Amino acid sequence: MTKILEIRWHGRGGQGAKTAANLLAEAASAVGRYIQAFPEYGPERRGAPVTSFTRISPKPIRIRSAVTNPDVVVVLDPTLMVATDLTEGLVDDGVIVVNTERSPGKVRDQLDTKHFKIFTVNADRISTEAIGRRIPNTPMLGAVIRATDMLEYEPFIEQMEDELNKKFSGRPEIVSGNLEAIKRAYKEVQAE
Amino acid sequence: MNLATQPENRVALTGNEAVAHAMKQINPDVVAAYPITPQTEIVQIFSGFVADGDVDTVFERVESEHSAMSAAVGAAAAGARAMTATSANGLALMWEILYIAASNRLPIVMPVVNRALSAPINIHCDHSDTMGARDSGWIQLFSENAQEAYDNTLQAIRIAEHPDVELPVMVCLDGFIISHAMDNLFMLPDEMVTKFIGLRKPEYSLLDVDNPATYGPLDLQDWYFEHKRQQVEGMKKALDVIPQIAVEYEELTGREYGFFEAYRASDAEALMIVLGSTAGTAKDVVDAMRDEGHPVGLIKLRTFRPFPMQQLVSALAGRRAVAVMDRSDTFSTAGGPLFHGVRHALYDCERAPLTSNYIYGLGGRDVKPHDLRKVFDDTLRMGESGRVSQPITYLGVRE
Repeated sequence: MTKILEIRWHGRGGQGAKTAANLLAEAASAVGRYIQAFPEYGPERRGAPVTSFTRISPKPIRIRSAVTNPDVVVVLDPTLMVATDLTEGLVDDGVIVVNTERSPGKVRDQLDTKHFKIFTVNADRISTEAIGRRIPNTPMLGAVIRATDMLEYEPFIEQMEDELNKKFSGRPEIVSGNLEAIKRAYKEVQAE
Repeated sequence: MNLATQPENRVALTGNEAVAHAMKQINPDVVAAYPITPQTEIVQIFSGFVADGDVDTVFERVESEHSAMSAAVGAAAAGARAMTATSANGLALMWEILYIAASNRLPIVMPVVNRALSAPINIHCDHSDTMGARDSGWIQLFSENAQEAYDNTLQAIRIAEHPDVELPVMVCLDGFIISHAMDNLFMLPDEMVTKFIGLRKPEYSLLDVDNPATYGPLDLQDWYFEHKRQQVEGMKKALDVIPQIAVEYEELTGREYGFFEAYRASDAEALMIVLGSTAGTAKDVVDAMRDEGHPVGLIKLRTFRPFPMQQLVSALAGRRAVAVMDRSDTFSTAGGPLFHGVRHALYDCERAPLTSNYIYGLGGRDVKPHDLRKVFDDTLRMGESGRVSQPITYLGVRE
């Protein structure tokens, strides 16, 4: 059985964790991968901790269980680090990408772990500057593409442009702002 | 090259989006609907197609599911192609009219996004809603993924409207697991769908004033029984029609449909029978266990009503042991509804396997590969021991 890449997104209701999970899946699907993307539905409230999931595979995906041992964890909101067990089930050599102004080393200290590859990017600042709103989900996509080798950068950017044009047709400034945010986060993401 | 599987027709959609797009391509005359989670998106997305002029449908926003099904009944009796969609308590509220739709032989097609019934209130998947309607006279097709939900919706139109059948069809898809999960599927080009489904040509309709007909009049001791007998005949004919439509659909798409899918089943000693999305996870488990040399296989039942008794018996005869998976309970203390059907079917079978029942996944309880592996392990052991030590097991529950 081919290994399926599993990604868990942590955010707060309203931050776009579901949209990010779907956008990544759509981009992967457009370049011929097989995908699943789904949020965990509970009592939905703006600001409450939420999770979403993306599966990517070179072969059709049949499993319908929840994701329990993700390969990648993406954290859209740094305040979740105190409220949530972000690394629960994350495989030992897994990747964690956090939206924070702090360095990966500081995040490692806080997580108090020897495992995982830790990446950080200030997606709040990037989205505020590029889009005009603190909406970290699209820049985090750029950071995830850099932190993993799941998709090639150029085709990914082309697909994101297509998807954003579909979602925000007639609002080119939103499309260009999001694209700029993705590209900046891709460049600015910090590794240890 | 097969038009229906060209790369440009491969899309990434949620199950609800896939069904809404199937409805757009069907372009029904009338859709009457009321929102309920997790179905709401289907009619919400479809109402967008109505507002944008993508379909010619008369879209009726009614005040309840009872009214939604009543409006569909009226429209279908008038000769229209009528659809609605619902879930859980919405389906329960339709109960009275479900029987009226089926008994009047009205070919309404209704996607049902499977969700647990209240109480306690729960929005997640199990099959207790559609199992409550299993004896209402509707044909019931279950779907493993978004592709099958889409394909079943298109085939349902042809099955329902077939002159030998003339019965309503529920297309069942698992709430959230399918309805809200983005998935890859191939869609047919619009014109291919239009050609496949054709136009509805009812033999009798209220608006056909040259051939006046009455629907649903008083029918007492002298004829009611005959009408019920005819209704059973429609269901029996569905057993002929469902495979015919599947063959036509396969010619278009290359995708094979039948009463059930037998996965690595032909030489299996222990089989699992399951409905809906859990079949996908079970296939992964079958492959993993086959790699280790265990003779396991899967029957994924697509057609629950009518119940393909003879075909199931042929597939199960001579096997050692069968685990029947029910995502609902009957509270009879005698097992779930699928178990009742399967065990009953096997009674006259000379080489009947041992059967046991697993109630699983109620209220959306996650079903993990290791849960299903345990079922296969137990079923292999049951086959080896030659006896059923535990007929009914509640899988993955705290007791």
